[in-house]
Amino acid sequence: MPTFILKRLLQSVLVILTVALIAFSLFRYVGDPINAMVGQDTTLAQREELKERLGLNDPFIVQYARFVVNAAQGEFGMSYRHRRPVSELLAERLPATLELSIVSMVLALALGVPMGVYTALKRNGVLAKTFMTVSLVGVSLPTFLIGILLILVFGVWLRWLPTFGRGAVVDLGWWTTGLLTKSGLQALILPAITLALFQMTLIMRLVRSEMLEVLRTDFIKFARARGLPDRLVNFRHALKNTLVPVITITGLQLGSIIAFAIITESVFQWPGMGLLFIQAISTVDIPVMAAYLCLIAFFFVIINLVVDLLYFAVDPRLRVGRALG
Amino acid sequence: MTLTSKLLRSAAAVALAAAVGAGAVAAEAATLRWSYQGDATTMDPHGLNETFTLGFQGNIYEPLVGYDKDLKLTPMLAERWENPEPNKWVFHLRKDVTFHNGNPFTADDVIFSWQRSLTEGSDMKGYGAKAEAVNKIDDHTVEVVTKSPNPILPREWVFLYMMDKEWSEANNTTEATNVKGSNQGNHANLHANGTGPFMLAERQPDVKTTLKRFADYWDKGIATNVTDVVFTPVTQPATRVAALLSGEMDVIQPVPVQDWDRLEKAPGVKPLTGAEARSIFIGMDQDRDELKYSSVKGKNPFKDARVREAVVRAVDVKAIDEKIMRGAAEPLGSLLAGPINGFDASFGTPYEPDPEKSKKLLAEAGYPNGFTVTLDCPNDRYVNDEKVCQAVAGMLARVGIKVDLLAQTKGKYFGKVLAQAGYDTSMYLLGWTPSSIDAHNSLLNLAACRNKDTQAGLFNLGGYCNPKVDELTHKVGSETDQAKRNAMIKEAFEIVRDDYGYLPLHAQPLSWGVREGVEVVQRADDVLDLRSAVVK
Repeated sequence: MPTFILKRLLQSVLVILTVALIAFSLFRYVGDPINAMVGQDTTLAQREELKERLGLNDPFIVQYARFVVNAAQGEFGMSYRHRRPVSELLAERLPATLELSIVSMVLALALGVPMGVYTALKRNGVLAKTFMTVSLVGVSLPTFLIGILLILVFGVWLRWLPTFGRGAVVDLGWWTTGLLTKSGLQALILPAITLALFQMTLIMRLVRSEMLEVLRTDFIKFARARGLPDRLVNFRHALKNTLVPVITITGLQLGSIIAFAIITESVFQWPGMGLLFIQAISTVDIPVMAAYLCLIAFFFVIINLVVDLLYFAVDPRLRVGRALG
Repeated sequence: MTLTSKLLRSAAAVALAAAVGAGAVAAEAATLRWSYQGDATTMDPHGLNETFTLGFQGNIYEPLVGYDKDLKLTPMLAERWENPEPNKWVFHLRKDVTFHNGNPFTADDVIFSWQRSLTEGSDMKGYGAKAEAVNKIDDHTVEVVTKSPNPILPREWVFLYMMDKEWSEANNTTEATNVKGSNQGNHANLHANGTGPFMLAERQPDVKTTLKRFADYWDKGIATNVTDVVFTPVTQPATRVAALLSGEMDVIQPVPVQDWDRLEKAPGVKPLTGAEARSIFIGMDQDRDELKYSSVKGKNPFKDARVREAVVRAVDVKAIDEKIMRGAAEPLGSLLAGPINGFDASFGTPYEPDPEKSKKLLAEAGYPNGFTVTLDCPNDRYVNDEKVCQAVAGMLARVGIKVDLLAQTKGKYFGKVLAQAGYDTSMYLLGWTPSSIDAHNSLLNLAACRNKDTQAGLFNLGGYCNPKVDELTHKVGSETDQAKRNAMIKEAFEIVRDDYGYLPLHAQPLSWGVREGVEVVQRADDVLDLRSAVVK
């Protein structure tokens, strides 16, 4: 097992290096960072000098190498726009994004799994059909639109919930949390729903179809024949056997929730990494973009690793296979 | 939402307002919640020469001479100033001014601030460089020596803010915040100590910035009753408008033009509009011998004044104003907007559109079937910029000039058309607010012939060049007699107009959203001066 983990971590370094290489080869096409860094009265010579000082005249492979060498020493450079270390900026924004993503994922799982089981068991029930219809909305409406609709209904018309920001946060030194204040929790509701809706419908549909499949298998029939109570059959035997694909998808989706929180964050002005990234794009803030992309790549690798480890925990066949092998 | 619930809610709001009304009068604290589409980039007054950043800082820091609500010069830290010799300006400083930390403001601070504006990371070098020396006459008098006569130095230093020498030395921020090299992201980037009516209380870049009223502010006569300011940048226009409609904001900037109706119909909020000092225009490459992006090979049609006139006559700027700007823009006939010092109606009135004449002129110039050209356009920089370009393209198509529109985000757009990229454009849409609110800046940057050594014509992206205009520009730069100066400005812009050097479009509209009960002055440079903000 330790060799397995070590191997995966080494692979992750390779993934990150590749992501950074692709990123740097594309930065040439995102525009001129200098223009966002100086005002209109700055002379051409001063602009050129700044460009030279930042090393932007070097070929991209040199810029890439410099980034890798510095990053290896834990140095991610200064944000062009904020004039602050990128690592500091990302550390500041990370809690907001992780809190939003994890709350959304928990929400999606907590609602999606029971709804999936329910719709599988009561295939023709009115409620199940309603779930299925509503879930179509969840998969087909773009996140942006859902966010705006929620803001309009709950923020502007009903005025129940705040329309933007993260509310008051508590600073724990190494982490800022909005989960401990009333305004923080209120502010979390709409973005979390926006981000969770698609995942919830995805999980629900996945659980439903897996359940339907498992319920047709022989061991469920035998379990019923043995006279086991429905609850035990459905949840202990059937549901557990649907979990492997659910874990895989949930894991991958958690990665994309973190990465694609960008849209939700920008609709709700949620001060996370996604918003930082989107603003970095509009001002061509290369150090921020590079570090963000590498960090996201790293998250994906780690989540995949955790997913692989979870398989062992859930599926006894894998453990047996390894023990024998 | 149903009518009943709306009524119920209004009734509840009225009851609530009545209940707290008595308390509100007694309590003096008034908070202004304010949002803009982006954040002030830095708190360092020499960090970035950009209007919003400087305008925001202007509530904390102050210049010697500032702008009033009409962009006319008004005494700030200098109570009076004079120009005893052509190369010399003398500023008499106020004696009762203290910084937020209690230090008195003196001539040494002026000299220090000027020196700091010339340090490596500073983006205000251009302003600092206007002076050759700043000398202390006494504690409250400074003398500024310029290399050549400078008729508008007080105006050019409106955004050169004064810092406390002692505070800067104590906090190791005697040089401007630098993005590279030594002195990266130093103390002044996130902290401030000015003389303005508001003190920086909390700074979370891009998230939230709060200001607190400075009790010992020197000017007791300012209108504002605001004691606390909570500033939150909100990037998405829809979210920003929603925050105003939901009562979470008092002032938002900007409001998309298409949302004005919504704000007018919604209770408790209103749009605040006016003409900005920024002019929007289209330029044509008149420099290259062959256009880079055109169907015409071997020659440059825009070198022919008849073709330029055809372009100008084909476009109906009033129609663009009515259809795309809801009548809120100010159609223009020159590169100067109304509030700019030196503007004159003789060159400022829009050209008469005449598409038939355009066709004739094109035929005369040898393009009876027109030609194709690419128009570069930003899509997130100016008010409805892409829509304006589309409208211009449509109008030009009617006379036979087929426009390929290349609209892209500002980072890419500016990366293509500006000097650093070698003016890689054949036709472009640009906006300009002269930072000094004076015509000379527009002439020098937009109409003077391009000159790498003197930096003239740096933003003359099409390379329009008329030696007479060039000569006038340089004379305007050093003429200290204001009447003569204005006459030369007028002459120069009339020549540009007769040359059809540009296709001027309009002064774009300012567009703010304000909660009822909040009064603010909307300055034509889009700056919200909190000195004017009154919250009821």
